Amino acid sequence: MNAVKQFVRNPMGVVGAGMLLVVILIALLAPWLAPYDPQVRVQVTPDDILAPPDAEHLLGRDDAGKDVLSQLIYGARVSLIVGFTASFMSMFIGTTVGLVAGFYGGRVGNWLMRLVDFLMVIPDLPLMLVIIAVTGRGLTNIILVIGLLGWTYTARLVRSQVLSVKERQFVLRARSLGASAPRIILRHIFPQVVPLVIAQAVLDISVAILAESSLAFLGLGDPTLISWGMMLNFAFERAISRQAWWFLLPPGLAIVWVSLSLILIGNTLDQIVNPRLRTHHLFDARRMVALAVGVPPLAKADGAGE
Amino acid sequence: MEMRSTPILQVDNLHKYFPIPRHVGDVLARRPRRSVRAVDGVSFTVQRGEILALVGESGSGKTTVGMNVLGLQQPTEGHILFDGYDVTEWSRGHGASLEAADRFLVPLSRRRRVMTLRERAQMIFQDPYESLNPRQTIFDIVAEPLDIHRLTPSRTERRERVRTALETCGLAPADHFWDRFPAELSGGQRQRVVIAGALVLEPELLVADEPVSMLDVSIRAEILNLLRALRRERGITILYTTHDLATAGFFTDRMAVMYLGRIVELGPTVEVLSQPRHPYTRALISVVPVPNPRRRRQRVILEGEIPNPIDIPPGCRFHPRCPEAIPACREMDPRLHPVAPGHDVACLRV
Amino acid sequence: MAVLEVRNLSVDYVADDGTPLHAVADVGFSVEQGRSLGIVGESGCGKTTVMMALLRLLPEEGRIVSGQVLFDGQDVLQYSESQMRQVRWRGISMVFQGAMNALNPVRTVESQIVEALQIHDVVEQRRAARERAGELLQLVGIPPQRGRQYPHQYSGGMRQRAVIAMALACNPRVLIADEPTTALDVMIQAQILELLERLQAELELSLIMVTHDLGMVAETCDDVLVMYGGMVAEKASSDVIFNTPQHPYTRRLLEAFPDVEEPDSDLASIPGNPPRLDDLPAGCRFEPRCECPERGAICAQTAPPLVELEPGHWAACHSVRRVG
Ligand SMILES: Nc1ncnc2c1ncn2[C@@H]1O[C@H](COP(=O)(O)OP(=O)(O)OP(=O)(O)O)[C@@H](O)[C@H]1O
Ligand SMILES: Nc1ncnc2c1ncn2[C@@H]1O[C@H](COP(=O)(O)OP(=O)(O)OP(=O)(O)O)[C@@H](O)[C@H]1O
Ligand code: SF4
Ligand SMILES: [Mg+2]
Ligand SMILES: [Mg+2]
Repeated sequence: MNAVKQFVRNPMGVVGAGMLLVVILIALLAPWLAPYDPQVRVQVTPDDILAPPDAEHLLGRDDAGKDVLSQLIYGARVSLIVGFTASFMSMFIGTTVGLVAGFYGGRVGNWLMRLVDFLMVIPDLPLMLVIIAVTGRGLTNIILVIGLLGWTYTARLVRSQVLSVKERQFVLRARSLGASAPRIILRHIFPQVVPLVIAQAVLDISVAILAESSLAFLGLGDPTLISWGMMLNFAFERAISRQAWWFLLPPGLAIVWVSLSLILIGNTLDQIVNPRLRTHHLFDARRMVALAVGVPPLAKADGAGE
Repeated sequence: MEMRSTPILQVDNLHKYFPIPRHVGDVLARRPRRSVRAVDGVSFTVQRGEILALVGESGSGKTTVGMNVLGLQQPTEGHILFDGYDVTEWSRGHGASLEAADRFLVPLSRRRRVMTLRERAQMIFQDPYESLNPRQTIFDIVAEPLDIHRLTPSRTERRERVRTALETCGLAPADHFWDRFPAELSGGQRQRVVIAGALVLEPELLVADEPVSMLDVSIRAEILNLLRALRRERGITILYTTHDLATAGFFTDRMAVMYLGRIVELGPTVEVLSQPRHPYTRALISVVPVPNPRRRRQRVILEGEIPNPIDIPPGCRFHPRCPEAIPACREMDPRLHPVAPGHDVACLRV
Repeated sequence: MAVLEVRNLSVDYVADDGTPLHAVADVGFSVEQGRSLGIVGESGCGKTTVMMALLRLLPEEGRIVSGQVLFDGQDVLQYSESQMRQVRWRGISMVFQGAMNALNPVRTVESQIVEALQIHDVVEQRRAARERAGELLQLVGIPPQRGRQYPHQYSGGMRQRAVIAMALACNPRVLIADEPTTALDVMIQAQILELLERLQAELELSLIMVTHDLGMVAETCDDVLVMYGGMVAEKASSDVIFNTPQHPYTRRLLEAFPDVEEPDSDLASIPGNPPRLDDLPAGCRFEPRCECPERGAICAQTAPPLVELEPGHWAACHSVRRVG
């Protein structure tokens, strides 16, 4: 409740949430919002190809004479589906790996973290390209690849948090009561990392959306679906020479829009949940140092006497 | 009757060393492996229903003794007998510590025995702000031990036991408290919750590790009175750890004074406080503030701090700070020897 | 004349929803040159707030509602911020609660003292500043060579000494020590007390010791102010406070304090909790917890005024007035 209140009070978070809400609504209401069905083949005349915006086609037409606006609206669906499912996957895997590696430490933990390091140093995109090229370009494959490669950062984050929570007295207390490992992990450690994981997952959604767009842009998107990345791909290949900005700009801006909204939300959540950033009013370490070394007080001169 | 005479806890020559990780440089220079000798040969016995105080400066090894007694750490050497059973033997020689048992890494039969200890001996931790999971309600915190040990067949019985525990600890009416989260309680109330969580299992031994040092003076008395009442009404044995002799003096039967991992004086509390024999005990008593300016005393202030337990001074380990040391103290390590019935001191000059 | 005199100081904190919380009401005391005053009270009774207010270092949500803070007879609450800066550190200096855990971990202790010296223009040159830092460290009993170490290489007691050294940087006349020994064990606590006593005598400091530990006050202070719920409960010389206390709260507090010299005596606890700022009792703030046999209906209705029972001994309680 308190977190919600804090969130609402933060303008960045509210703006981000609003921006995301718009996209979600568009994706849900696509069939009603889109003026045309982008999947339907249309009869075209040479004039229709890459026709600039007009009253009927607000964002003009693409190289096949289809409505760009409708594609943009349907594209939101793919982006959001990929973003949410892939980030959910990486959140799940990352959290599990982080919890196990952090709690058990020792050999298990070391091996897991070595795997994480290994995955972290391999550049993601080329690896994804290779895998997709081999396994095929279906939406499921794309989600799996992004999700399965994207959990490493979460795992690290969770592990480091677990390492510190593990040393706290209430965990020791649970141990002294005889609580089993699964119980300690699920009841005592996991709840402390949840907020952090959620903040990270939100940021991961935008990473996943960008990854999908990059794949599609490089021609490895699901051929049966329209996504923003794929629109960019087509636009780059076929429209740029004709200076059809109306085909290139909207998907690019849409990607920026969604990523920005998620980053705003994620950062706000991070500020709220990250314990480092908040302290007791009298034990605020920065304030205390400032006072102790005599930097002019942070607090304003009090109104008294004025 | 026969059973009664077995002490609830016997600690025999307990050592706990923490190895210091060696750097590459140390290995190359063939420097010997060193360790922190947190507890270095401690023996004592606690009878049923007794309250023993373990006092000493910060870093003297009090917490480490408590953790080993409860099997939360594995002793380097020595034995701990709980109600006559050697707790350390449960895991010694099998390559698995009690800690491993906590993590399901040992066979079930051994784990079961560990669980008996976990049920019969409980710990109360120093910091009531740290020892409660901030995301559990008070009810869940107090009921958790029952769930872990599968002790309550029915939900109503579970509720009743939680209620009794909370109300015994002065949190009445229990319904008023149990839906809340720890952050909504004051420090003293939290410490009561911690104690209630230990009491639901009806333990025989409580290890109370500085239970009041983080609390306000006005609340300390409440908690100490509560512990004393528990002993009186239920015969619970308490091992009470503190650096504050004033609170220890108030409700313990016997007192063991620790210095740098060893007991230097052990005897009936009143006797130790009124006729301290060891110079360290004398110094400790002299610095306890007395709440009356008319009784201001000469403080015996020891220079510096307790030395690092990595390099324990030779001879009497207290000699570098001892105001009464004689040359022999630098060479001879005094043993704990009786000076009066039930009163032992480890000092060459006594 | 008193070096520092606080009169009728009241401080509010403005809650999130804008309502003022009366954290401190009508607190007054004075400290003579070279004497020591102990301020005792339970956690949350407003001790730190009073100190921060008199240095005008309250956080943003804090407001001084009324009162005077006379330093050398001048009301510092009327000062401009730059005049105030001359008073802070030079006139009145403070060892903040918990400051020993707030030293910058990545800078040496010496460089942090040097920085403090330079900020306050005590010394201009770095060389002189370092010399002075060495002197200060020596003064608080830290070998000056150890100034080149980092805070984490210090024990708790040494960090507290270093923080005291910083507070002494500008040769203040009044030193406020806010809970200087909480979190430290008895032996280190005795060392710090000894240090403060020595400094007070050597530098002729006026010392204000803020603590919840009655024993410490009894050991070091000449006068005592007992606070409860943001108000003065009783103030007198420490001999009076510890031997003939009149306020029921002071008496309960003393009964709750264990005494090594009388290990057998019973400890009486004070049931209940201190009042919450958002729900202050209408009458005496101690009334809900008071078990004084003489208390009457008036206690719950009107706040008792602070009256002088005998010269220098003040208490705010309806029953003492009736008795006295
Ligand atoms: N896990 C550990 N690894 C290394 N050293 C340790 C460990 N636990 C404790 N020590 C060291 O052992 C010594 C004794 O520690 P212990 O916590 O038992 O002291 P204590 O008497 O409880 O002190 P305090 O009053 O500060 O709680 C200390 O020097 C401490 O630094
Ligand atoms: N910035 C703030 N905003 C709102 N309330 C505050 C603020 N600072 C302090 N308070 C409240 O004012 C009251 C007095 O606090 P203060 O810190 O002065 O007490 P204290 O006597 O120093 O306690 P302690 O012994 O815990 O240091 C407390 O109830 C506290 O919760
Ligand atoms: S043996 Fe010597 S050094 Fe040790 S305590 Fe006794 S007198 Fe002091
Ligand atoms: Mg300890
Ligand atoms: Mg304070």
